[in-house]
Amino acid sequence: MTRQLLTGNVAAAWGVRLAEVDYVPAFPITPQTEIIETIAGWIDKGEMDCRMVTMDSEHSMITAAGAAVATGVRSYAATSSQGLLYGMEMLYTVAGWRTPFVLTNVSRGLSAPITLESDHNDVMAARDSGFLQIHCATCQEVVDATLMAYRLAEDKRVRVPVIVNLDGFYLSFTREPVDIPDPAKAREFLPPFDPGSLKFRAGRPLSEAVAVLGGTPYSYFRYELHLAAMGALAVYDEVAEDFARLFGRRYDAVESYRAEDADYVFVMLGSFSTKARDAVDGLREAGVAAGLVRPRLFRPFPVEALRRALAGRKGVAVIDQNLSMGKGGVLHGELLSALYGVADAPPVVAGFIGGLGGRDIGPGEFREMISVLEQAVADGETPPPRLLFSAEELRHVRKLQASAHVEREEIHRQERGDTERDET
Amino acid sequence: MFRIRFHGRGGQGMKTASHILGSAFFHEGFEVQDAPRYGAERRGAPIFAYVRAARGAINERGIIRHPDLVIVADESLVPVPAAEVLANFAPHTTLLINSAESAETWRERLNLSSPIICLPLAEAGEQAELPYMGVACAAAAARLTGVIGRESLGDTVAEELGSLGEEVVAENLRRALAAFDAMADHEGCVAEGEERLAAPAEGPDWIEMPLDLGEQATPAIHAGATSVEVRTGLWRVMRPVVHEDHCNKCVWICGSLCPDSVISTGAGGYPEVDYDHCKGCMICVAACPRHAIEAVPEHGAAGETAATHEEASP
Repeated sequence: MTRQLLTGNVAAAWGVRLAEVDYVPAFPITPQTEIIETIAGWIDKGEMDCRMVTMDSEHSMITAAGAAVATGVRSYAATSSQGLLYGMEMLYTVAGWRTPFVLTNVSRGLSAPITLESDHNDVMAARDSGFLQIHCATCQEVVDATLMAYRLAEDKRVRVPVIVNLDGFYLSFTREPVDIPDPAKAREFLPPFDPGSLKFRAGRPLSEAVAVLGGTPYSYFRYELHLAAMGALAVYDEVAEDFARLFGRRYDAVESYRAEDADYVFVMLGSFSTKARDAVDGLREAGVAAGLVRPRLFRPFPVEALRRALAGRKGVAVIDQNLSMGKGGVLHGELLSALYGVADAPPVVAGFIGGLGGRDIGPGEFREMISVLEQAVADGETPPPRLLFSAEELRHVRKLQASAHVEREEIHRQERGDTERDET
Repeated sequence: MFRIRFHGRGGQGMKTASHILGSAFFHEGFEVQDAPRYGAERRGAPIFAYVRAARGAINERGIIRHPDLVIVADESLVPVPAAEVLANFAPHTTLLINSAESAETWRERLNLSSPIICLPLAEAGEQAELPYMGVACAAAAARLTGVIGRESLGDTVAEELGSLGEEVVAENLRRALAAFDAMADHEGCVAEGEERLAAPAEGPDWIEMPLDLGEQATPAIHAGATSVEVRTGLWRVMRPVVHEDHCNKCVWICGSLCPDSVISTGAGGYPEVDYDHCKGCMICVAACPRHAIEAVPEHGAAGETAATHEEASP
């Protein structure tokens, strides 16, 4: 296959097509809808042998995807933001069913206030659901990660569903050259679904997901899900190795860019990390030994690989495109817990909140974060988490508030006028 | 600290009993903790409730490991394993059981050395005394502790049940005081247990959980028709008994109205009830045109029909 310009959404759809998915329950939401539209078009034209059913909600969609896997077919679903949250109950449930499938999440900020652009709070909310998570930085990664996610999910040692995350707008609607994997090679990499014991038939009664009363059986099933997720680290390495062998593209659980000899390292997830790559190059030219470490896997959390990648660095800037209110960035806390007590862990691990709701991160800001790290190392004191937000931006917000306030005042004045007239 | 456990069935007022006893202790100046514990909520299923009462702060929580007093409101629960009526009995644990049989009979039956007190709660001519079991059990328990006065108990009953109206309060009060008075000879026989139980000698037997493959570690049942293994008949408080001398043999009526499909045509064309799975809803009793099906309280019914609880328990 030649390289083509594809949006992240169409790249995701190609991953689904190459995985020869049998069943796609669907519910629309921006910025994910193009994935489903693309698949629907292929089904219409007879280019894809797949059944698509439009559902009444994401809650039903996730249920249907898991239930279909229980009958032994390969299934797929895609959602975003509010939709992921609406289906949240069933994320936990189908993970507990141990029904392996792939769910694409196109990351978008959460309400309120409602927005459409990229932000990771949606996928972070699914952190503890039992779904594994692969985060993509390019449209090429989206198609490749989708195929890898099926291999990982369906592996007998794992048997857990996987979320493939791509950023709304920055990947979903952004076209980039993508090398679409050859279908024959894709089939070699990902053989047809072997459902094993997943073969529910109407005529062959089976109770999936029975109730357990009492903490003992509950603890067993929940902990087994955890052990499967932990075991998925080693399985992911095998899958990535196999993918590199067949397609020549290597996707380690943790991507390391010029970090081996770096003094200061950015740690972040998703597509904004390519901005950090540029910043690293610029900083290197300016004589600063900077690097980038990007976990592709977020669940399971690649603790050992991160420890290795960050061992001996002077300072780390974790950039979270999410915010846990009352605490700070989620990745920052996760990374600190992975590094605590490790002998050669970096002495400074500072948290930055950037890119909320698709807010850009400028090259100067990457430079400034390094300055903060340098200062922290010199002082021996790590500053509290900082929001990347400029004085100019605050002036902009003040202007918006002033307009909103003026309008509100006008309405109140009119209402008061109406009342006075009514009374006279 | 007093540690007291009530056993009964859903609908017999065990939660109310724990509230009444808890509040009565509270009125007497105790620190109190009371709570019910049950699985899926349904009438007739075994539930228990517990009360802790102490002069100081209570830090224990959840299941009572060494009860001072165990009250069994429904003797048909004793052979039901899921009810765990005899769980964690200590030598000092007193058993108070709602039964017309003697303490000696129960001592032999259960092979227990603990003190046993029998209190028949059914009044003369009563088939079932469900609505009053809880209040009577709470009142009897109050007397056994010796620290709750008659007046204080009365106030508590009025307070806990006040929202149900004067008539209900009056009848409950009568039942409560009758049970309280019936326990006069045993007043104060239940003493407070030790404040701090000795730490267990052995540590926990922790293991590293092995990784099982997903097909094993999923909460699925891979075969049909396993529900027959669940003896839902154990939830029954009342039992439908067919009197063949009145029966028309119109089994299509009781048989088709039975929501659990446990009535079939048996020997001689009479309806036959599968008591292992009859939950005792009594729809058949109401529907029978000849009034040939009688509702009999479960603990007195063993002799009336072939199937018994003892046989039914797994």
